[in-house]
Amino acid sequence: MDEARISRRPVSPRLWLAGCWLLMALLAAIFAPLIAPQDPLAQDLMLERLPPFWLDGAEPGYWLGTDSLGRDLLSRLIFGGRIAFIVAFAAATSACLLGSALGLIAGYFGGWPERIISRVVDVWMAFPPVLFAILLVAVLGTGLSSVILAIAIIDWTRFCRVIRAEAMSQARMDYVESARIAGYGRIGIMLREVLPNVLPSVVALLSLEMGIAVIVEAILSFVNLSISTDDPTWGSIIAEGRLSIHQAWWVLVFPLITLILTVLSFSQFGEALKARFDPVLR
Amino acid sequence: MRGESVQSDYARMLLQRFLVRLLTMLVTLFGVAIVVFVVIRVAPGDPIAMMLPPGASDDDIARLRALYGLDKSIVQQFFIWLGGVLQGDFGTSISLRQDVLGLVFDRLPATLELATVALLMAIALGVTAAILGARSRGTAIEAGIDIASGATLSIPDFLWGLVLILLFGVLVPVFDISGRVSPQLDLPFVTQFYLVESILRLRFDLTWDLLKHMLMPAVALALPLAAIIAQLLKQSLKEVLDLDYVVLARVKGFSETQVILREALKNAALPTLTLVGVQFTFLIGGTVIVERLFSYEGLGNMAIDAVINRDLPLIQGIVLVFALLFVLINLAVDMMYALLNPRLRHG
Repeated sequence: MDEARISRRPVSPRLWLAGCWLLMALLAAIFAPLIAPQDPLAQDLMLERLPPFWLDGAEPGYWLGTDSLGRDLLSRLIFGGRIAFIVAFAAATSACLLGSALGLIAGYFGGWPERIISRVVDVWMAFPPVLFAILLVAVLGTGLSSVILAIAIIDWTRFCRVIRAEAMSQARMDYVESARIAGYGRIGIMLREVLPNVLPSVVALLSLEMGIAVIVEAILSFVNLSISTDDPTWGSIIAEGRLSIHQAWWVLVFPLITLILTVLSFSQFGEALKARFDPVLR
Repeated sequence: MRGESVQSDYARMLLQRFLVRLLTMLVTLFGVAIVVFVVIRVAPGDPIAMMLPPGASDDDIARLRALYGLDKSIVQQFFIWLGGVLQGDFGTSISLRQDVLGLVFDRLPATLELATVALLMAIALGVTAAILGARSRGTAIEAGIDIASGATLSIPDFLWGLVLILLFGVLVPVFDISGRVSPQLDLPFVTQFYLVESILRLRFDLTWDLLKHMLMPAVALALPLAAIIAQLLKQSLKEVLDLDYVVLARVKGFSETQVILREALKNAALPTLTLVGVQFTFLIGGTVIVERLFSYEGLGNMAIDAVINRDLPLIQGIVLVFALLFVLINLAVDMMYALLNPRLRHG
């Protein structure tokens, strides 16, 4: 492992941009109460559908304009980022832990654990994911933990399939055989030898999954099935924007740009991590 | 003689493969049925209570529970339910008060037409980009295609749908962004396959109206798949283009485009084909939210309404039909792969 050579590789500008955007959005979400120019819930019918700052009729302090209830769009986006990042981290990590554990067991041990886990994955793949998510949230009840749980329940298969295949090929390698001859137990080998070798794929997938989780949360709040309170989410702002699209395009445009940048950044990160750790590409 | 025995070995292998896959498919569907049943029975909120007018007596409730088999054990309930499903009895929709199977079959054609149009667009777009990229390999055009397909791939259909609504519904309002067909039109159709029927009846005015409604949701569904096809097919084309027989064709004086179309494409297509099959199920899964976005009256849109109305019989009917569709597509792709793969064909 030539660590020095890896760290000297230049970071691509796209990765820089992705990192900057995510960091900025994350910091804005964390410090939302300090940064947001207005109260995201404050309605004022005198201020309804104000355009963004560069257009005629804009009001100072309402940079990106307001929605049909006179709520400040920028503040709502900043606060909406809180839900987006919480869901991204919590749901992706849960899906990752569950899927990687099952994938590792299936791939390394083979035999009947592999057969059972693969059948369950087949069953899961037969559901349209969006419909499955909506159904689960409807059953579990709306709310942040339901959304996180639903995404984890649906998306663990992504990790499971990839990790299973990787662990399978790792299990056939010489070093695993040597470890066995050296007297290590099977679980010991799995955790100490195989796991570190599949970890790069796990981390890359985790980044991609965060982007997916943000989208799923937006879809759920778009159909009004995410968190039930009035807290702004990117999806609920989009749903509002879709309705008033002919009167106030900005209510749809800004959350859409926010979502696209976030998803692209997460996937850029995932791709870059994959390339960095992939021995063939490196 | 030898050729014949190889042929029959191959046929036997195909049949065997088909039967194994069919069995796996049935196991998968049984698993799906269990999951659907469990999820729906876990649902809080008594479906019976929602079917009765307020003030119904306990006797009424008990009678209805018995009628729907809800007073039996959960395992018994499952098999009663499964028996019904196998006979095509999916129950009655609570919110629409109609037979679930009838409702599902009324909406399924709209979704199938949308998904098929999207698939064809994705293939056309993806293959064109792949050929263009392979033709101009090593140039700025290829780099441009790579960046465009990478970004297209990362943005899911839901966001593409919103982008298209903004661009072609608001900024340049040229396409319809809502519904399946203009409501003022008089439709002579007897089936729900409007697009197919309009073509068969030579009513191209209706075909045009249907396509105008379908175009935006179809593009939203097609773009991510087109990007995947472009990337994978371009990669396989580039690998094939260095092989001897392709070089020979080039020496014979065929142009690069001719070489790709006549020689390289058919050998490079197989890996892409398998992938397209799997991705087609993802595309169909995407119709759920894209139909919602464009108020397109398909199965997915009905599914979301069903969930919002807690219409459990309708939800389970729709989910089962989607699952059946998915496993059938996977089976078809698998068999197509076996039929086309020369390595399998020649033992």
